[in-house]
Amino acid sequence: MEWTINGQAVSASLDPRVSLLDLLRDHLGLTGTKKGCNQGACGACTVLVDGERINSCLALAVQYDGRAITTVEGLGSTDALHPLQQAFIEHDGFQCGYCTPGQLCSAIGMAGEIERGVPSAVTADLAAAAIVLNDDELRERMSGNLCRCGAYNGIVEAVRATLAPGKAA
Amino acid sequence: MTPFSYARVTDNAEAIRLARVTPGARYLGGGTNLIDLMRETIEQPAALVDVTALSRTIEARADGSMLIGAAARNTAVAADRAVRERFPVLSRAILAGASAQIRNMATTAGNLMQRTRCYYFYDDAARCNKRDPGAGCDAIDGFNRIHAILGASPACIATHPSDMCVALAALDARVHAEGPNGARTLRLVDFHRLPGGRPDLETELAPGELITAIEIPPLPFAGNSMYRKVRDRASYAFALVSVAAALDVGPDGTIRDVRIALGGVAHKPWRAFAAEAALRGLPATEASFRAAAEAELKDAAGLRHNAFKIELAKRVITATLAGISGDARA
Repeated sequence: MEWTINGQAVSASLDPRVSLLDLLRDHLGLTGTKKGCNQGACGACTVLVDGERINSCLALAVQYDGRAITTVEGLGSTDALHPLQQAFIEHDGFQCGYCTPGQLCSAIGMAGEIERGVPSAVTADLAAAAIVLNDDELRERMSGNLCRCGAYNGIVEAVRATLAPGKAA
Repeated sequence: MTPFSYARVTDNAEAIRLARVTPGARYLGGGTNLIDLMRETIEQPAALVDVTALSRTIEARADGSMLIGAAARNTAVAADRAVRERFPVLSRAILAGASAQIRNMATTAGNLMQRTRCYYFYDDAARCNKRDPGAGCDAIDGFNRIHAILGASPACIATHPSDMCVALAALDARVHAEGPNGARTLRLVDFHRLPGGRPDLETELAPGELITAIEIPPLPFAGNSMYRKVRDRASYAFALVSVAAALDVGPDGTIRDVRIALGGVAHKPWRAFAAEAALRGLPATEASFRAAAEAELKDAAGLRHNAFKIELAKRVITATLAGISGDARA
């Protein structure tokens, strides 16, 4: 099996039971992606596959053979944060930080969905050509990422400041 | 998880052949439900046949119908321009379910095959006739707030968790299936079973049979349709009660045709045939809608914690139809 993870080719021979999340954390040492509920309810394990956000805990690594995976380690580095990471600091988008890698990957996946015109449950007009990313849209679209510290207001501000239309990442 | 073998297939015939020759094989879609159930050891397939590489085509046909490949992702279906225009209730229902991450993973066929979210089904310390036929049901005398009010049995009061299937029931979708004995088409309203004495049997699919596509017949008035979902939080929660509806009102204000289906109330997506029959030919007024809702819920039975759903369902049916008819006259 072979994946492109944060731009690097990676291969491994795995039991098919290994989830994409456990491949990242336990086999590759990429512990930025977090294991919260391990049942698809919290979003802490969110990563991007070919640019689309998924829950890596519900994904078998073998099912994503050949795909390009981006984790929080692929977004920025300690010396060069991604603009969204910098915005999370400036807007107090976290306290404990456990949900943050998932929030970051989820928000970047969300920006791609907005660009592609994917509607949400609160999109008033399904026929509209473009999505207006107001705070209702943002909160609905980020509802798959729980933050038990309750930093939601800061998260919304950070995402709005970075990814709202005209501020592409 | 118990050990299993894994194979990815690229055509229907190969999927069916592999499932036939591999003991204990199950088809794997996005995995958002099956992988979770395997981790809980509620599901223990000896082999997974990954069918996510099968057709994900979303075809808008000239006659107004649509054909959706079994592996089309939930996000792709909800965002499809023809689905949004012809069957907005389907887009709305999909978008009301799960999270964006899960909708990106989940397939159309897998959505039909979801298993219940009854807590007692998930809890292997509890008795459950669906998990362990003949064991008994701890939900009936337990915390049954999320459970069924229609079509339940003394063996099982679980509900089907899908939102998408509620819209498909209202739209009278057809399920295309292929198996060792050939291809056939089932109505979605006949695809899922009521629990009766065998709650472990959830669909009419035969062993090894594969869902290949979902077909939605033409329904011109479905352009005026809506999905309304009531749940315990504003997003990312299963329905307590949901309603998918489409309404065709004539220029004189009389209901020419109507489609209604309910979610969160039964072991299957519940097509409200009684309410539909009661409404045809009546004026599109709130009084008509309420009377039809009463007719549909006539045989509803509440338990200790879920009796509120009976009145809730009546109100959501009434409000949804009133909302659409308001749109129709505007």
